[in-house]
Amino acid sequence: MNSMILRATSRLILPAALIFSVYVLLRGHNEPGGGFIGGLIAAAGIAVHAIPRGRVSLTQLIFASPKTYIGTGLVIALASGLPAFWLAQPYLMHQWPFQAIALGTTLIFDIGVYLVVIGAVLSFLFYYLEE
Amino acid sequence: MEPVFALAFGVMVAVAAYLLMSRNVLRVVLGLLVLGNATNLSIFLAGRMGSRTPPLVAAGETALVGGANPLPQALILTAIVISFSLVAFTTVLFESAHRRLGTVDTDAMREAEPEAAKKVPNDRRQAAARKMEPAE
Amino acid sequence: MTADLLLTLPVLAPAIGVALCALAWSHPLLQRLISLAASLGLLCASVALLLAVRDGTVIATQFGGWAPPFGISFVGDMFSAAMVLITGLMAVAVGIYGLVGDVEARENAFYHVLYQGLLLGVTGAFLTGDIFNLYVWFEIMLISSFGLLSLGGTREQLDAGIKYVTLNLIATTFFLMSVAFLYGMTGTLNMADLARVIPTLENQGLVTALALMFLATFGAKAAVFPLFYWLPAAYHTASAPIVAIFAALLTKVGVYAIIRTFTLLFDGDAGYTGPIVTAVAIFTMVTGVLGAAAHFDIRRILSFHIVSQIGYMLFGIAVATPLAIGGSILYVIHHIIVKANLFLIAGVVNRAGGSFDLKQTGGLYRTMPMLGVLFLIPALSLAGLPPLSGFWSKFTVIKASLEAGHIVLATAGLAVGILTLYSMIKIWNEAFWKAAPDQSGQTMRRWQADRRARIIMLSPVVVLAAITLTIGLFAEPFVDYSLRAGEQLLDKSAYIDAVFGAPAQVTEARP
Repeated sequence: MNSMILRATSRLILPAALIFSVYVLLRGHNEPGGGFIGGLIAAAGIAVHAIPRGRVSLTQLIFASPKTYIGTGLVIALASGLPAFWLAQPYLMHQWPFQAIALGTTLIFDIGVYLVVIGAVLSFLFYYLEE
Repeated sequence: MEPVFALAFGVMVAVAAYLLMSRNVLRVVLGLLVLGNATNLSIFLAGRMGSRTPPLVAAGETALVGGANPLPQALILTAIVISFSLVAFTTVLFESAHRRLGTVDTDAMREAEPEAAKKVPNDRRQAAARKMEPAE
Repeated sequence: MTADLLLTLPVLAPAIGVALCALAWSHPLLQRLISLAASLGLLCASVALLLAVRDGTVIATQFGGWAPPFGISFVGDMFSAAMVLITGLMAVAVGIYGLVGDVEARENAFYHVLYQGLLLGVTGAFLTGDIFNLYVWFEIMLISSFGLLSLGGTREQLDAGIKYVTLNLIATTFFLMSVAFLYGMTGTLNMADLARVIPTLENQGLVTALALMFLATFGAKAAVFPLFYWLPAAYHTASAPIVAIFAALLTKVGVYAIIRTFTLLFDGDAGYTGPIVTAVAIFTMVTGVLGAAAHFDIRRILSFHIVSQIGYMLFGIAVATPLAIGGSILYVIHHIIVKANLFLIAGVVNRAGGSFDLKQTGGLYRTMPMLGVLFLIPALSLAGLPPLSGFWSKFTVIKASLEAGHIVLATAGLAVGILTLYSMIKIWNEAFWKAAPDQSGQTMRRWQADRRARIIMLSPVVVLAAITLTIGLFAEPFVDYSLRAGEQLLDKSAYIDAVFGAPAQVTEARP
């Protein structure tokens, strides 16, 4: 699908979607948001960018294969549960190493989910994109 | 409100059942989607319809006061994620089946279970069938 | 080791396998190593779990430290530990077997990721103590099996995939709907909590209706009559290792779920559900075995026999005595080993003899007498001949049904055993005994020249046959374990105490 309007607007939509997705990802700590929704927003932005440009430009845009995104995300998400073992606690129990700021393993898990969602959506997109 | 939603659930299941019984695989996918959404509605109803306030703990509080039941929302979100990926996979599968088999009619799909050998089992047909088996 | 580690590691091992294999998607050899290591990790973790619970203790952990019944509990008892151990064993055996054949084509198509995903779903389903979480594991298992089934992308597989995917999706959606109704009635999803709440409900008739909904959804997974049609339509199109792991694990998760829910949650109205399960078991056994009699493709014969054997595993719920439930557990364990082994041998027959179609093979006993013996061990065990594992498991379930006065059920069980023997003899006659067809010499020579493939394919077969023989000859500890596991299932208080007795750790609220 090669539409001039889509091509022009998607150039604006992509950065906006990516920034907004990171905002939603971080906001998920205590408000609606999180890795899944953030990932979907980012993937939607990438999809809008890729649909008028085709598969080759998508490959250039995302550097790595969607499978790498899925793998990295899964590794990060699974690893975020491991510190709990150290403290003889159940797997995936959240750890808050800093007293002052709300930065803990929950965010790491969310980042993993974020990457998995992007990878999963993009791999379906790959299948349907025209050469 | 509950009876209205229960009725909507029933209608959606009926629509899904009608679509699923179709011989056209495209309608089957739509039927699966409608059935999944009907199920999500049933989870929502199972959590009772009470408050309209979002289930967010207000600043300064430690417990949820007067919000909607958050559990069905979590369950539905999970179910949506799963049905999203399953339907995406199903669409890809059906699409490639359509490309390879050249039909969307389930009655015409007899590759895996060919009809019982006809009176004249054509040698060529058997040879073709053998060629199609996955190379082990 | 703590309960947390013991219950988490069997799930974590295949989960890490999925993650790392996906990361190494462009390096098939690395994936192969990761996948085998993850399967071995699963096996080791499951042995540790079994050792921890074999004395009858029930252990539980709460994921993320959320107090029950709000968080997701994982529970390990004798039944689930045995199932996880057998899963680990299959993971390794089939994983090794899968290293030959069209392995390159499979590996390019994400085989290892999906294989580990399947194991992840299965072990999760065995260990979880939360019914919604069970649904999630079912879906993980399903989507991996969808991928594995349509891996080759042949016309046959796509056709089979459509039927398999559609029917299974409908079944799991119904499962979710039943979970929603259960939640609506009880307000909880934790199985231990459900076990406490359900007997106190006012409307027990509704509980029975719900029990039948669950029986239907799990029955569709377990491929019982009249919901088994997806299985013989699909299984025979996948390649040998994939269909072996399917045959070993997928339907058995359905059986596990039936036994678990009907002992823990829905045991209140056994007078009503018992006869229904009895009828289902009888029809499942008979239709399965008759379906097998009509076919001449080894994979299709064996697929129908999966259906037929599921009937025996329902004896426990149909008869509902401790002996019957113990017998069912023994039957599941025996069946997984034997059935997977038969499919692995079918793969060998195809490679050495040139075809899965019995009419186009033959003479294998002449060229490979050892394979003949290796085939006879699981085949006769499937039919229930002494002194093999099948004899003891059939003996236990039939003894239990006779003791409880289920004469029809016991008779059907014995008759189906004889018909099973007929099918096995048919495979023996056609593939091993009759003269080899003219054109098969070349495939045979290729097979005999390929020493590596022979060793890789035959060693899992030998190991599984040895296990079958061991269960048969030294049945005492296995029977004893199963019977104790059955008694443990009937004592719900241990399960409930394990979940709620665990120190309730609640995550403290943070800014």
